[in-house]
Amino acid sequence: MSESKNPVNNSSSGLERAGGNGDLVQSDRFPDPGVPEHKPRLTDVDPKAAKRAERTVAILFGISCLGTIASLVAYFAVRPDGTVEGTRLSTQLLGIGLGVSLLGIAVAAIHWAKALMSNHEYIDERHPTATSPENREVAVAALQQGANDSGIARRGVLKGAVVSALALFPLTIAVPLVSSVGGDWNVSSFRHTLWTKGRRLAYDPSGRLIKAADLTIGSVAHVIPDVPEEERQTEEWITEKAKAVVLLVRLDPADLKSDHREGASYQGIVAYSKICTHVGCPVALYEQQTHHLLCPCHQSTFDISDGAKVVFGPAKRPLPQLPITVDDEGYLVAEDDFDEPIGPSYWERLK
Amino acid sequence: MKALAARRHHRFAPVVLLLLALLVTGGVYAVLAPSSAKAETASTADIETGKKLFQANCATCHGPNAEGTSEAPSLVGVGAAAVDFQVSTGRMPMQMNGPQAAAKPPQMDEEQTAALAAYVASLGAGPAIPTDEQVDPALGDSANGLELFRTNCAMCHNAVGAGGALSEGKHAPSLRDTSPRNIYQAMLTGPQSMPVFNDANITPEDKRDIIAYLEDQKQGSAGGFELGGIGPVAEGLWAWIVGIGLLIAGSVWIGAKSS
Repeated sequence: MSESKNPVNNSSSGLERAGGNGDLVQSDRFPDPGVPEHKPRLTDVDPKAAKRAERTVAILFGISCLGTIASLVAYFAVRPDGTVEGTRLSTQLLGIGLGVSLLGIAVAAIHWAKALMSNHEYIDERHPTATSPENREVAVAALQQGANDSGIARRGVLKGAVVSALALFPLTIAVPLVSSVGGDWNVSSFRHTLWTKGRRLAYDPSGRLIKAADLTIGSVAHVIPDVPEEERQTEEWITEKAKAVVLLVRLDPADLKSDHREGASYQGIVAYSKICTHVGCPVALYEQQTHHLLCPCHQSTFDISDGAKVVFGPAKRPLPQLPITVDDEGYLVAEDDFDEPIGPSYWERLK
Repeated sequence: MKALAARRHHRFAPVVLLLLALLVTGGVYAVLAPSSAKAETASTADIETGKKLFQANCATCHGPNAEGTSEAPSLVGVGAAAVDFQVSTGRMPMQMNGPQAAAKPPQMDEEQTAALAAYVASLGAGPAIPTDEQVDPALGDSANGLELFRTNCAMCHNAVGAGGALSEGKHAPSLRDTSPRNIYQAMLTGPQSMPVFNDANITPEDKRDIIAYLEDQKQGSAGGFELGGIGPVAEGLWAWIVGIGLLIAGSVWIGAKSS
């Protein structure tokens, strides 16, 4: 480390040369201005100011101590009592104590460094990156000695054994990883949902079945396929539900201009996939008076009364429609699966 | 039995039998018949008052007999619940056109509202005003309410009922200050943009569970500042302006030379 003694002279010498000759000589390079002149702080020249800064730092550390104590007191005195208000009070008091405690230490340390520690600027030259030749020779010799000692050149069996052990080991991680990826890498699963011919429609989340007569005009119902209760506890159900969710709307049949899929509606009851064709958000903000269905993510708007065609926003395609009818007992049932993949586009979609 | 058997050929026997049969049929019908969809036990006087109020305040748009005009829908069969919701929240009578009828301080007092509701209910059967027990949040299960709210309501009204935007200037209002009765009525009747959630879709018990969940949200968040509970916009604004602002101010202070 070398302290720069006369940075000001350095930077001004270039100017003096040019001015001394009386010419307007413009140098190609700016002279290194060096570090600016060191100005003493108030705490450097005034012992009283230094004392004051010291006191401030001490007080800040003191505040931190108080914060720690307050946090401990809060921990023991204010326990969360199970109510929302009690939990809020307890966490807020703990947090304030913790915050004051840490902030006190941080502010004190920075103030200490800025006001009291030396603020002279130093230039620390980099040392060469390469190791010295002697050290390198010693290291190479040590490695060679180790290789000779292990006898790897002579003992072929050991060499083969160690290489195969090391080469095989990554399989313990790679095989499970690759195979679990492979299991889900089945693009065709996007094409099918749980809906099949004759599967009944059920309310989400209760699983109660829906009768066509239950839906009054203007009603919407959030619908899942009817599967046994046990199946709804499994992990696969979440994936299947995410694909199969449907929004069921009953319109006045006079308001229903067209279906997206010919004959898919039943007496003004239409069922559309709840997954937006833009990027797959659940689109369910149904406005009863305009029959518009709004996606909350990017404001794509679908006209439910007109085949769910896109009337606004970035979505490209209408929502897929689930064909529905009623069975002998009056329950709503699906007539078929969706006839196109639900949700956003993907490369293989049209193949 | 002998006495009865002896008189079965009496000339009044058919008349007596007919009377008995009528009595039994009438009695059985009175016991078993479904009670008619009586919306309100309103007196005729209430209905008369309601009719006058209707003609003075509502008939301009809804027509002199509530049959509807090109400006406003027919109110025949909307029921007392719809009237009570619209009038007690101040949405009706509507004072100016806009994307949707806004809630404002109610124009009618409770008695007038009840009279209007009685009049409209008398025009055709519709959903009745729920009883206090049906909307008591203390009787509801807020955990079930959460599940139902998340599926049916949260996309428009926000996860904690803080409200949200719809298309073309419409919005789903905040439910923070909505009374349990009004929440119930809104689900039942589907006012304005809101769809209908009738009792087959969300059962009366389920409706009460939803009310209980919303009532729980009034206690605020256990985590401290909610920033209105309106999601990433408020939180992002706070993090970017206040949070990053403080970090920049801190860095400037750390980097500045002490004088």
